[in-house]
Amino acid sequence: MRFVGRLAYVNLGIDKAPSGVPGLDDLTGGGLPRGRTTLVCGGPGCGKTLFATQFLVRGAIDHGEPGVLISFEESAAQMSANVRSLGWDLSSLTADGKLALDSIGTAVSTAVGDWDLEALIIRLQLAIDSIGATRVVLDTIEVLFDTLPQRDRLRIALRRLFGWLQDRGVTAVVTAERGDGQLTRNGLEEYVSDCVILLDQRVRDQVATRRMRIVKYRGTFHDTDEFPFVIDERGIAVLPATTTHFEHQALSDTVSTGVPQLDAMLGAGGYYRGSSVLITGGPGTGKSSLLAAMARSVTAGGERCLLLSFEESPLQIVRNMRSIGIDLEDSLASGLLAIESRRAAWWGLETHLAKIAALVDEFEPACVLIDPISVLRGPRDEVASMLARLVHTLKGRGITAVLTALSDIEADDRNDVLVTSLVDTWIRVSNFEQAGERNRGVNVLKSRGMSHSNQVRELLLSEAGIQIADVYSGPGGVLMGTARREQELHDQLVAQDRAEQAELAAQQSRQRLASLAAQIAELEAERAAQEAEARRAERAAAAQHEMRATGATVLLRSRGEAEGATNES
Amino acid sequence: MSPESSDGEHPQGDADHYTLRLYVAGQTPRSLAAINNLVNICREHLDGRYDIEVIDLLEDPERARADDIVAIPTLIRALPAPLQRLIGDLSDTERVLTGLEIVPR
Repeated sequence: MRFVGRLAYVNLGIDKAPSGVPGLDDLTGGGLPRGRTTLVCGGPGCGKTLFATQFLVRGAIDHGEPGVLISFEESAAQMSANVRSLGWDLSSLTADGKLALDSIGTAVSTAVGDWDLEALIIRLQLAIDSIGATRVVLDTIEVLFDTLPQRDRLRIALRRLFGWLQDRGVTAVVTAERGDGQLTRNGLEEYVSDCVILLDQRVRDQVATRRMRIVKYRGTFHDTDEFPFVIDERGIAVLPATTTHFEHQALSDTVSTGVPQLDAMLGAGGYYRGSSVLITGGPGTGKSSLLAAMARSVTAGGERCLLLSFEESPLQIVRNMRSIGIDLEDSLASGLLAIESRRAAWWGLETHLAKIAALVDEFEPACVLIDPISVLRGPRDEVASMLARLVHTLKGRGITAVLTALSDIEADDRNDVLVTSLVDTWIRVSNFEQAGERNRGVNVLKSRGMSHSNQVRELLLSEAGIQIADVYSGPGGVLMGTARREQELHDQLVAQDRAEQAELAAQQSRQRLASLAAQIAELEAERAAQEAEARRAERAAAAQHEMRATGATVLLRSRGEAEGATNES
Repeated sequence: MSPESSDGEHPQGDADHYTLRLYVAGQTPRSLAAINNLVNICREHLDGRYDIEVIDLLEDPERARADDIVAIPTLIRALPAPLQRLIGDLSDTERVLTGLEIVPR
């Protein structure tokens, strides 16, 4: 299967410099235009300075490109302090000749005739030459509009400055404040014709979301979609809506679910490697257990597996799974299984996504299991968008992803519909509580590219592990043909399930009644026997009494003593 | 370029004495105009009460950074305090006098 959803970013021979921002280079076909100036604009606190600093730091460390950082707002000490928490040591980079810092004061000048920005250019030149810099950041050059008089003259001087940057062939990032009705407060976009990136931060449903948009990129086709980005302990990272340059390989290779009978139900003998799977079901239906079984099986096969839980701690998971015969301790000890626990409320959606992506990059698992995605909070479409990107990210890396979701039985799994279209395989586990018994059912609602079973089967969790009974219930065993649309199938299955439940309940009631009747008959017989026995005993006792009537005086005395002793105690 | 001084003594203690630094970049017409304009203004309005240091940033680029200069030409009134920054070729005499807070004698 070739993923042709987006081929918008085509490189027309423009040389690109890696931006140092994870994900951004995927969107721009390799990075920022090399030897050109990129304008990064946005409101206060949107991450402009961080973007620019990261461009320099990553350029210096990862790409061997020394950089010059000219700050118009902060001193070198402030700049260093700001990024220390990200693990970036600007002073040591400076000492190593990988970075040159210069800060422009904010003293206000008075105009007395013609002037230009030649001194600034001389400073830039000096800084560039001192370390052989190929990258330059001016953050935020707009401050000059506050400290220097004569805006028209400043514009002429800025045009000359931008021209000089281009002549020097440095890859530059210039930051600017967002303006009303225009991209930047002072119209700097007028001078930058190569690349303009807009950063934005907005709060929706109390969840802060940061977005990045490529407004302009000359020589590179791009669309104007907004891409969410996050700022975390590593800096800025962009989360592409779709993985543009990955081809999702459809591999015929499969991964076992860890439950042989479930593998058989899937037709292909397991999940396709690199596919995405959703397991839905009510509380206590065995979703987590299915994940654990898979984690055990994947790691036993010598592959790495990441299990991410939003509900339980690693210890709880290991203990609970041991009780149903799934031993995860060996898997953990081998280092092949990583269990991560986190609360949904800890971070916003985008941060969760970024952190999962970071974990995956670090651990490089063959499978990622997430339990459950239904706890992720946020506006519905944003949750769906986040999950879409999660699925695509994992798929793009060839990782098999199994997600669980708690479904509300009353809501007929409607909440799952958003996600079910994203995944390749959808498995549902259900709970039936009737006649004092609880049974679990499992069925495969959808599995792309497999002639999977449509039967609802019984899922048994015991000390011996997970088992799936051959056929869950009788008359409606084979439910539907695969040709029907998925939603129809789903709706009909719900109805079918209910019919089966009713049938099952009736059957169980009949069995129970029959069983009780048998027990009653047995008890009646036992009572009759017991009564006969009692009568025999009474007759024997009476006979004994008469036989010993002559020695009654001695016997009565000793009995009276025995009774007295009993009463005292 | 050598500093031009109205006399050889050290008049910094004099509150009326002007210590001026002019930053230029090479022998451009604008730089030369600024030097001429400054010398003329000082001779006319600050008789014997000034020192001028002219710094050519092409020759001494480190001074641009050390003295935090962005525009050319820049005139700094180091004394009397407070420090004043004027930018331009000093062709606007009225504004130069106002900017340097020179009270003509």
